[in-house]
Amino acid sequence: MRAFDYSRADSAERAIASHRDGAQASYLAGGTTLLDLVKLDVMQPSRVVDINRLGLDRIETLDDGRVRIGALVTNTALASDERIKRDYAVLSEALMSGATTQLRNKATTAGNVMQRVRCPYFRDGVSACNKREPGSGCAAIGGFNRSVHAVLGTSEHCIAMHPSDMCVAMAAIGATVNVEGPNGSRDIDFLDFHLLPGDDPAREHALEADELITHVTLDAPIGGSRSGYLKLRDRASYQFALASSAVIVAVEGGTIRDARIALGGVGTKPWRAREAEQSLIGQPAGERSFQRAAELALQGAVPYRQNAYKIPLGKQAVVRNLTTLTA
Amino acid sequence: MDHQDEPTGRGGVETFDARSPSRRRFLKSMGVSGLAAATAPAWTQIAQASQASPEPVEPQQDGAPAEGEQQITLTVNGQQHVLNVVPNAVLLDVLRLRLGLTGTKKGCDHGQCGACTLHVNGVAVNACLSLAVSHDGDEITTVEGLASGDALHPLQQAFWEHDAYQCGYCTSGQLMSAAAVLNNPDIDSSDAALREALSGNICRCGAYKNILAAVQDARGRMEGSS
Repeated sequence: MRAFDYSRADSAERAIASHRDGAQASYLAGGTTLLDLVKLDVMQPSRVVDINRLGLDRIETLDDGRVRIGALVTNTALASDERIKRDYAVLSEALMSGATTQLRNKATTAGNVMQRVRCPYFRDGVSACNKREPGSGCAAIGGFNRSVHAVLGTSEHCIAMHPSDMCVAMAAIGATVNVEGPNGSRDIDFLDFHLLPGDDPAREHALEADELITHVTLDAPIGGSRSGYLKLRDRASYQFALASSAVIVAVEGGTIRDARIALGGVGTKPWRAREAEQSLIGQPAGERSFQRAAELALQGAVPYRQNAYKIPLGKQAVVRNLTTLTA
Repeated sequence: MDHQDEPTGRGGVETFDARSPSRRRFLKSMGVSGLAAATAPAWTQIAQASQASPEPVEPQQDGAPAEGEQQITLTVNGQQHVLNVVPNAVLLDVLRLRLGLTGTKKGCDHGQCGACTLHVNGVAVNACLSLAVSHDGDEITTVEGLASGDALHPLQQAFWEHDAYQCGYCTSGQLMSAAAVLNNPDIDSSDAALREALSGNICRCGAYKNILAAVQDARGRMEGSS
C-alpha cells in the first residue's frame, strides 16, 4: 500500500483544515472503501485525515420528528437502533441486507453514502474508466456488464451502478445530507447528493472541496405507513443487488394514501421513482396499480449487452414489495 | 466480478520490520533442508513445540518514534504494547509481523473473506481494512486470546469435535466471528440467522455444515455454563 501522511482530527474544523492542507486528502471513517481502494491503488491519497474521534456517533430525534444520524454511526448501530427498526424498517432492512457483519461493524453512515462503485474496470486499475481516469473511456459498455452495471441514469461515459442499499432506503424516506466545509455548514437534499455520470463520471457527488459530511437527517416518518426493502441478488447473503426496491406505503380502506419508491441495483445513483409514486396515490392497493407503478419506475431504462434482465427484475422488485407490504 | 472474485490487489509493501524472533519464524527458518536432516528426536521436539500453548507475547515498549512514525498503545489479549508504526501499517500486519500473533490470517486482504476477523473493543471487524494508527488505545482480541490458558473456548472445543474445517486457514476468523455472534442478543439462535451473521467468513473447503453445527453446539455449552 502506498505511503501517506496521517492525522487524527478532534473537531470538524480541524479535520477540514487538515484535509485542506493535503494535496490529495481523504477522510478516514470505517475505512472499508478507502483502504480497499488504496491497496488497489485506485484511490491515491497523500494524506489521510482520521475523523473517527469527532463524536459524530449519535442518533437523535429532532423536535420536528426528523431523525439525525451522525456521520460515524456504524451500519450495525443504525440498523439495530430501536427507532430506526420501528419507524424506518426499510432502512434497517436495507442496511442488514448489505455486506457482512464485520463490514457493517466498521462501515459508517457517511462512508456508505460516499462508497465507490463496484465496476471491475474501475477497480482493476488498468482498464479504460472515465471515473478513475477521465477521458480514457468506459470498458464496461462493451465488456462484462451483467451484475454491477445500471440500466437507469447511464451515459455513454459510464454505466456503473451505485452499489449502496442504505442509500436506496434513504432516497425513499427522504433525507438531508448535512455538511461542513471551509465556508461553513450547508444542507444538501439527499436526492441531489449523488450525481449522474453524464459527461463527467469522475464527479460523483455534490460535496465541494474539503467538505465533510457530519450527519444525515431523515425526513419524519409517514404516519400509518409500512415499509420494507426487497433485494434480489445472485445469492442470499453478502452480494450486491441485481435489483432492489425500497417501498413505503400507506393504505386506508384499500386505497393508497401515500407511497415512496426507490430502486437499487439498476441505477447509477439511488433511484427515486416519483412518477411511480404519484401513479399509486388514490388508487386501489392491487396488482394493476402496482404493475403500472413498476412500468413507470423503470421507464427510460437502457439495457446493455448482459443486463437487460434488470428491467423486468426491477419491475418485479417493485410489484412484489408493494404486494407484500399491502397484504 | 463481485465480492468473492479474485482480489486484484498488488503485493503489499511491508513498511515496518518484524523485530522479535518467534517460534514460528524459527521453524520456518529451518526450511526444507533442515527438516530433511532432522533426526527423530528433533522431529519429536518440533511436534511437542507445535502442541504447546502459544508462548506469551512479550510486552513491547518502543522508544521515541522515528520520523514518519507514530506511537500507539494497543492492548492485545490483555497485554499492553507501546508500538511505533508508520501511517500505512495495517493492524493485521502489525499483529502478525510485529507481535508474532499469526493466528489472525491474511486471506484476500480486501475485506472480502473474513480470515482476518478479530475483535476491537469487543466488536468483530476485518483487521485487513484497519489502520493500526487509527486504533491507538483500543483493546484487541485475537484468536490467541480466545482460550483460557490450556482450556479451549467452547467454540474451539466444538470446532475440534465437529471437524469444522479442512485446511484450517479460515478457522480463526470463523471462531472470532462466531464468538461475537454468540454474544450478540440481536442475532437469534436459528440456523438461518447464524448463516447470515457468519456469511462474511468464506471457507473455500466448504466446511460450512460442520461450522454451523459447531457454533450451535458451542451456543448450548455456553448457555449451559452461564
